[in-house]
Amino acid sequence: MYRPKLLLAAALCTGLATSSVQAEAPLRLATDVPYQPFEYSLPDGTLAGFDIELGNAVCAYLERECEWVVQSWDGLIPGLMARKYDAIMSAMTISEVRRRQVLFSDPYFRMPSVWVAHQDSDIDITDPASLEGKVVGVQTATLQDNYVTDLHGDTVEVRRYASWADVVADMRTQRLDLAFMEYPTAQSFVDIDEQESDFQRLGELVREPARYFDQGVGVAFRKRDRELARDFNEAFTALKEDGTYDAIARKYFDTPAP
Amino acid sequence: MDALMSRLEALLADNSIFTLQTLGYYGEGLVTTVQLVFLSLVIGLVLAVPLAIGRGSRQRWISLPIFLYCYVFRGTPLLIQLYLIYYGVVFVEGIQDTWLWVLLEKPFVPALAAFTLNTAAYTTEIFRGAIKATPRGEIEAARAYGMTQRLMLRRIVLPSAFRRALPAYGNEVIFMLHASAIASVVTLMDLTGAARFVYARFYAPFDAFLFVAAIYLCLTFAILYLFRYLEKRLLAHLKPAGG
Repeated sequence: MYRPKLLLAAALCTGLATSSVQAEAPLRLATDVPYQPFEYSLPDGTLAGFDIELGNAVCAYLERECEWVVQSWDGLIPGLMARKYDAIMSAMTISEVRRRQVLFSDPYFRMPSVWVAHQDSDIDITDPASLEGKVVGVQTATLQDNYVTDLHGDTVEVRRYASWADVVADMRTQRLDLAFMEYPTAQSFVDIDEQESDFQRLGELVREPARYFDQGVGVAFRKRDRELARDFNEAFTALKEDGTYDAIARKYFDTPAP
Repeated sequence: MDALMSRLEALLADNSIFTLQTLGYYGEGLVTTVQLVFLSLVIGLVLAVPLAIGRGSRQRWISLPIFLYCYVFRGTPLLIQLYLIYYGVVFVEGIQDTWLWVLLEKPFVPALAAFTLNTAAYTTEIFRGAIKATPRGEIEAARAYGMTQRLMLRRIVLPSAFRRALPAYGNEVIFMLHASAIASVVTLMDLTGAARFVYARFYAPFDAFLFVAAIYLCLTFAILYLFRYLEKRLLAHLKPAGG
């Protein structure tokens, strides 16, 4: 029982001892391609995408050399633990379960959510009275579920589905008056904001309050690499201030990123 | 009541998962599960008695459709039946404009329909077996008394068949309770739905599901006890003499 802990401690010690040398070694960032528009490979084999460009900008800011490692999704966290690379930048959503294994940076990208209604719907999303008694579909256990349950739970009826496909199916059958879903999901499932869509978007994209939408996409580090995480957070703040972040976001996303 | 509530609140004060609110979810889930299982069993039982008699009929145009119904509903998973009834009915053209839609719009009636049809099929088979196992002597005695077919069925065959079916039917009731756990896939907040909700909220699968397992266990014990009692009363004459 104790032996693995001892080994772990030994590994920790050697890790600490080599950390001064590591400042010279290139920083290795892992990503899983393709996941457009976050990361994908170009015909000539080089990587491109929001994560790649942002990661390179962070490295430039930190004045460190960076190396990208391509790793399949299910091996990303184990590879990080095995020190095959130093950080994961692969559109990874921050979650409690992952937080038990890895250390996350501040979220650097947040997916907004959107209210989806039928084309002929007359609901005014800003007016609580018009929501009274309406039936809202969400996928169970998502932040959208928490949002609707907490903020509108006493006026609307929340129906929780196993998948977004089921939510959309019941939107089409008219069982649901509204659905509340992640914007990219709404784009791919119901062509929201497109001419030929059967559904309409109600109101603006939802990005507030922070306690629901704060869990965006983050960079994952080994738990002991707190300094590295701090450096990344500092870099994100600086890049947002000098406009680099916005420029990259505009390049890869149709809608302005938060 | 208020005193009880405040005592309960004090008891749960340093519990982050089982607050009054989550217990409320479990409570509502319990009501939904019991309603769903009880109603489907009662309706299923009422359907199963004539079906079981018809199933044993010599007229093929009566027995064959019933055989097919039982075959289909016992031969496919309940989950698939539920999906078909909940998501399938909407593909019937124009159903949204009929009075049926009032019933089918909410998840409760489709789930109830699926469970009822399923349990009726199983119960039909249980009763058919029990009717078939009626001792020849009882039937001959009834005939000797000059009973009509109908009277014999009512006075002799069915009462003794029900008694014989009791243990097997008790099993079916418990199976039905456990099968009802799938109701949450059509958004019904039954006991399992509540447990899933609490699990997802607090990332505590063990606590959430252990608690709901304990509730199911209590329900099962209640059913077991009820059937034990019924068997003792109704099957007393079948016990070995002096036993």
